[in-house]
Amino acid sequence: MSKHHISTTINGEPVEFLCDTAQTLLDVLRDELGLTGSKEGCGSGDCGACSVLVEGRLVCACLVLAAEVDRCAVETIEGVAQGNALHPLQQVFLNEAALQCGICTPGIIVAAKALLEKNPDPDEEEIRFWLAGNLCRCTGYDKIVRAVQQAALVMRSA
Amino acid sequence: MLTYNKPTTVDEAVILLQQPQHAARALAGGTDLLVELRSGRLAAQGIVDLKRIPELRALRAEQDGFRIGAAVSGAELGEHATLKAMWPGVVEAANLIGSTQIQGRASLGGNLCNASPAADSVPALIAAGARCTVAGPGGRREVPVESIVTGPGKTSLVSGEFVVDFVLPAQAARGGDAYLRFIPRTEMDIAVVGVAVNLTLDAAGVCTTARVAVGAVAPTARLVDAAGAALVGTTVDETALNALMAAVRAACAPINDKRGTIEFRTHVAGVLAGRAAKIALDRARSRA
Ligand SMILES: Cc1cc2nc3c(=O)[nH]c(=O)nc-3n(C[C@H](O)[C@H](O)[C@H](O)COP(=O)(O)OP(=O)(O)OC[C@H]3O[C@@H](n4cnc5c(N)ncnc54)[C@H](O)[C@@H]3O)c2cc1C
Ligand code: FES
Ligand code: FES
Repeated sequence: MSKHHISTTINGEPVEFLCDTAQTLLDVLRDELGLTGSKEGCGSGDCGACSVLVEGRLVCACLVLAAEVDRCAVETIEGVAQGNALHPLQQVFLNEAALQCGICTPGIIVAAKALLEKNPDPDEEEIRFWLAGNLCRCTGYDKIVRAVQQAALVMRSA
Repeated sequence: MLTYNKPTTVDEAVILLQQPQHAARALAGGTDLLVELRSGRLAAQGIVDLKRIPELRALRAEQDGFRIGAAVSGAELGEHATLKAMWPGVVEAANLIGSTQIQGRASLGGNLCNASPAADSVPALIAAGARCTVAGPGGRREVPVESIVTGPGKTSLVSGEFVVDFVLPAQAARGGDAYLRFIPRTEMDIAVVGVAVNLTLDAAGVCTTARVAVGAVAPTARLVDAAGAALVGTTVDETALNALMAAVRAACAPINDKRGTIEFRTHVAGVLAGRAAKIALDRARSRA
């Protein structure tokens, strides 16, 4: 059987690619399109390192078939900064050292950005619940939660 | 080679799924199916994506309740204010499934048809008296949710059949439901025990109907008739709650594993039933 021809929009740009049924969106982003910002931590929906938005919805790219995103809008970590201008979340994560190895960071930034667009002023509990599917083996989460709160503050006062 | 199809009508999907021995598998949110695919356990030769069929994505209030497309995501259920107000237990149960990311995709149809004994939304749907529309080669039939799962990983659906939508009745004026589960952590874990209670009161506060369903304590989620009967005709006082807890424990036939012994699961099922009944009672009173 021939490959699927998929037309999609990634970070606002029209993109076309060919894929097999068994390829996930994460496989295609990383291996075919060179968008390696989304990470594969587990491949089974547990770690959130592959977090992306499909049609505005936060999902694990490792649990989406690439063939499913035909005519859908996909947003990845690569679309978060505007040119050289970092998103407030990215800037605060850097300033506050809310990362160590950084494997979880792209997924956490994508997920936190989706939260702040829905709720510009989440409390600590809301942040912890929203990010419960984003595992971090290094930081112990405290700095991450505080960075999200601080970025929220920056964004509210912008 | 694994095929992928995305039919846009129910009839097309029935034809695509009508293959010998489930050679084609339905895909909703993929949060179970893709895990199976990636682990190499998926025996199917084809995937039939149901999400492009409008009926499976629709969620609407009807005169006598709600009709929820089988592929509607947990996140969409949680955002539906009137559904949440009428059936908080059902929505809470659906929203317990996985993380925010999993919620973006996980559906009621997938949760039910994956046929895990621990599926969170299933006891809540059963307690609510939900029915589902099954489409297949023989046309459509509407059946109670509890008739779908027959054992771990097994359903009563035949080749070509799939769940189109769920029909939730209107909650009674003095009705309330609740779902509670026990997991060893606070988030992101599979239920060791789950209990749903849905009850209605009369003007004097006496319970007139009650449906109680348990999950993860038997090969399938179960409606426990005796547990509902323990509440009917009472004001849901301590005596009634004790009878409820005993009836729930008597209906448990759990497995023994590292996540919970038989004794533990059985005990906790009773405790959760009592707590869920109190929440459902408060909700019934505050809706009146
Ligand atoms: C990290 C993680 C955490 C999870 N946590 C929980 C949890 O806390 N509680 C819980 O209950 N589950 C949990 N799950 C399991 C899963 O998310 C749920 O069972 C979910 O509801 C499945 O829905 P889906 O739409 O993704 O199903 P899919 O994966 O698309 O399908 C599941 C199964 O149902 C079949 N199917 C799907 N739709 C239909 C239909 N309309 N008609 C007939 N057959 C159909 C498919 O062929 C497949 O066999 C978790 C999964 C992951 C990966
Ligand atoms: S790689 Fe997708 S959740 Fe871990
Ligand atoms: S910084 Fe290493 S996993 Fe989070």
